[in-house]
Amino acid sequence: MCGIIGLLIKPESKRSQLGEWVTPMMDCMGDRGPDSAGLAVFSPVGDGPLRRFSLFCGRPGFDWTELGQAFERDAASEGHLSAIENHGRLVSPIAPESLEKWLAREFPSVHLLSTGRSIEVYKDQGHPAEIAERYGFAGLAASHCVGHTRMATESAVSPAHAHPFTAGEDFCLVHNGSLSNPWSLRRRLEKRGVDFETDNDTEAACRFLEWRMREGESLEDALQAAFIELDGFYTLLMATAEKLVLVRDAFACKPAVVAETEDYVAVSSEFRSLAHLPGIRSAELFEPVPEEIYSWSL
Amino acid sequence: MESIASASVDLRKLSVRRLNHYLHHEIGDQAPSRVEILNPNGLHNIAVGMDAPVRVDVRGHAGYFLGGMNRQARIVVHGNVGWSVAENMMSGEVRVKGFASQCAGASAHGGLLFIEGSASSRCGISLKGGDIVVGGHVGHMSAFMAQAGHLVVCGDAGAGLGDSLYEAVIYVRGKIHSLGADAREEPMAEGDYDRVGHLLSRTGLDWSPREFKRVASAKTLYHWNVDADQEY
Repeated sequence: MCGIIGLLIKPESKRSQLGEWVTPMMDCMGDRGPDSAGLAVFSPVGDGPLRRFSLFCGRPGFDWTELGQAFERDAASEGHLSAIENHGRLVSPIAPESLEKWLAREFPSVHLLSTGRSIEVYKDQGHPAEIAERYGFAGLAASHCVGHTRMATESAVSPAHAHPFTAGEDFCLVHNGSLSNPWSLRRRLEKRGVDFETDNDTEAACRFLEWRMREGESLEDALQAAFIELDGFYTLLMATAEKLVLVRDAFACKPAVVAETEDYVAVSSEFRSLAHLPGIRSAELFEPVPEEIYSWSL
Repeated sequence: MESIASASVDLRKLSVRRLNHYLHHEIGDQAPSRVEILNPNGLHNIAVGMDAPVRVDVRGHAGYFLGGMNRQARIVVHGNVGWSVAENMMSGEVRVKGFASQCAGASAHGGLLFIEGSASSRCGISLKGGDIVVGGHVGHMSAFMAQAGHLVVCGDAGAGLGDSLYEAVIYVRGKIHSLGADAREEPMAEGDYDRVGHLLSRTGLDWSPREFKRVASAKTLYHWNVDADQEY
């Protein structure tokens, strides 16, 4: 199984409620994916050259203060570091490739979960409700988010194998289903210089789409290519800084339902995780059809 | 176990398991003629396994398997349903005022399933004698391997309609995206018009049976053909 959720809040005045609305969605979809969970939220980090980097260290009790001080000492850039449990958030104008090199050299146990001017990612192992509590999802304010509750079928249960997967900047993807050809896809991408971090099938889809976008395609065009290239079952929910995008494969074995009101677009594997949302009784509800690209912009 | 005194059950207060126990074991001879279910909120397995001549009104959207294995009961959902509504229904009626997700009426042996809106993929898959009427469209692979019974589609049908059909018959008023293996369009006979007219009248839809096309099995897959060389 696995559960996917997504929420885009239309009026700026209601974006402070994103966490409050999305947390029950994640708790409920814990039934479909109890082994790990993740959430990517999008809110602009500010004007200028600043980026937000989401960091993760699997070692319990990791000293984020030490990393912050080392960054101030070593990096030629300013940075502001904050942390919850084993997640760190660094806001800095440093170039992503410089940060990656610095982390690999100084803190090889710390992984870069996401990079961008809007994205922030949390993912961890454990029941989704516990993860939501641990990282305070209920208090998050953002314009949109995508989340995932995982029941692993094809690769290990670990924070790194949890979704969302990210590639490039301000792009993430969650997946319900399983791909049959992730390794052939991966070998083709590796020849073109694309690096992978896990052996997970979803990572192949995520990096395939990001590679096509880097080559100049829109996400929608990249998805048209994915309909041909990806073999397997999938409902994919993606987000960029500006939009949420949803597709289902031709078989449409993996569920999805969409609810839209004046205030929000909400996506979930099952309606029951949307039942608490305000105005849901009068929402426009539909089930996305196979191989159709659904896109909602801010 | 909480007692259920009135014939109105609020699923915010009681579990689906408790509701179904009530429907299976406690409505007996003094059965109320109607049971109302409030706040279904997309929960699964509501009113499965019923075997009593009771009318059940579900006030809202239900999840998977609503009314599965139903005998006798008349269940009305005032909302949408998830996967496999009325799966393996034996008799009675399930009516959905909204839309249905995939596998609506899967392997139903009897009774009538009426979806007022559209049903998505695999509607009537492996149908075994039940009747299904869909007011809107049906998705891909509907009536796949359907063995007996009828599927009436007032809108359009998606790809692969009636793939590997046995004796079930499909009637479509709108466009057919494509027929599945061994399914073919056949001329409507008087018996077909009567059957479609009868099913439409049971649902209250007033389309003319003359607008419908008949799709049935060409029966080329019924027997192993050694000369086909696996080319079907």
